[in-house]
Amino acid sequence: MNPALWISKTGLDAQTKDIAVISNNLANASTIGFKKSRAVFEDLLYQNINQPGGRTANDSEAPSGLMLGAGTKVVATQKIHTQGDMLTTDNALDLMIQGEGFFEILMPDGSSAYSRNGQFTMDDEGNMVTPGAGYLVQPQVTIPEDALSIVVSQDGEVSVTLQGQPEPAVVGQINTVNFVNPTGLEPIGQNLYTETAVSGAAQEGVPGLEGFGMIVQGALETSNVNTTEELVNLIESQRVYEMNSKVISAVDEMLSYISQQL
Amino acid sequence: MDKLLYIAMSGAKQNMQALSINANNLANAKTTGFKADLAQARSMQAFGEGQPTRVFSMTERASQNFDSGALLTTGRDLDIAIEGDGWLTVQDETGKAAYTRNGHLRLTADGALETSNGKLVMGEVGPIYLPLPVNNIQINRDGTIMVQPEGAPATAQEEVGRLRLVNPDVRLIEKGQDGLFRRKDGLPEQADTRVKVLGGTLESSNSSPLSDMTEMIALQRQFEMQLKMMKTAEEIDASSAALLRAF
Repeated sequence: MNPALWISKTGLDAQTKDIAVISNNLANASTIGFKKSRAVFEDLLYQNINQPGGRTANDSEAPSGLMLGAGTKVVATQKIHTQGDMLTTDNALDLMIQGEGFFEILMPDGSSAYSRNGQFTMDDEGNMVTPGAGYLVQPQVTIPEDALSIVVSQDGEVSVTLQGQPEPAVVGQINTVNFVNPTGLEPIGQNLYTETAVSGAAQEGVPGLEGFGMIVQGALETSNVNTTEELVNLIESQRVYEMNSKVISAVDEMLSYISQQL
Repeated sequence: MDKLLYIAMSGAKQNMQALSINANNLANAKTTGFKADLAQARSMQAFGEGQPTRVFSMTERASQNFDSGALLTTGRDLDIAIEGDGWLTVQDETGKAAYTRNGHLRLTADGALETSNGKLVMGEVGPIYLPLPVNNIQINRDGTIMVQPEGAPATAQEEVGRLRLVNPDVRLIEKGQDGLFRRKDGLPEQADTRVKVLGGTLESSNSSPLSDMTEMIALQRQFEMQLKMMKTAEEIDASSAALLRAF
């Protein structure tokens, strides 16, 4: 059958995937610590119909050949790890990383996951945990029951004020981890990412030092989705989708014209 | 059978192929750095018995449209676009240099800089590797790559490499089967220091939906006319058969 039909079909497929990525971004426009994704397009291999430079006569060569492209595909969805905006909440356990880094979260199976969402709460033993599933923050920080106030410094030191003690007591240290290639992290939902071969190994460090972002208490990092940008992308993808389907209907008309006329 | 039928058939077939080139341009309307293919038809004289009246057509992908696509601001450190003319050099599967306008770069786990389709980006001497762990990557207008060394203050920037930017005459390069461009004569291209890059920006595809759609309609109508000619050939044939029956 005509290659144009299949070429346009790849266009439709790719645009559908792009729209799925855009709608996931828009759906997470108010998810704390969410990083937007973007679909990466690539042209498929070209098929050589007439080789350029092929002989056309004894002493002449074709100056240009005919190579048909096979269409397009979405090769990857890429997380864009740019900084989100700062949302001030004044809640003592709301933390935000200003700059590079991830919070380390202990998963129930003992492995580590990483997150930019710093909306932490406490469990019944006073441990700092993630808001949804209640996974422990690593290194573990336990807030004493009689703590009056909690202070998290820029370098991640957690100290509390206790009744009758003028000096604050240090109860823990929140370290962050960095990756060579954060784009290579695998998103697993719940605002969590896991390490992969391409992300590089997790490098633990003290916030605010040596390229690690500092911790801001009482603030959250909003999603980095730019809704205007997403809507423009949506319009673009929708129109490209329509134009590709127009090609399919044009080819269909041409083929039906053959069967009617001949 | 009338030879007209075969000429019309070859025309219709070539129209279909030109339409495929068009469909590929439209399918790649969102591919970063894509250069639209241009289809053209060439007349091919057919010699044989009788007068040389028959001229077939042959569709060719003569070249690409080398106009710059629209620039999209993304704000990502490793997104670059080439301002005006020029190309990025990448390493293809055979280890040779190839050129692309796709400035959608990323880092691998061992610090190599590669394009979104996994081709290593070439620097002045070879593929570019950044020292790990890396911070604050910045790509300057002249293609030099600056990073903040480990443990250094945020203002300290160190040059770690320079993109190999080239600007060959577009008549000397052609698109390969993997969509990358290469010199037709296979010679290496000298780096050109005048090529400028823009950081935080991507170059979108330069396929123009308007001209592609118009072209598609024109091809569709031309195809219908070829079929009309085939129909006419059939009618001529039928009437000559009818004439023979009359006697």
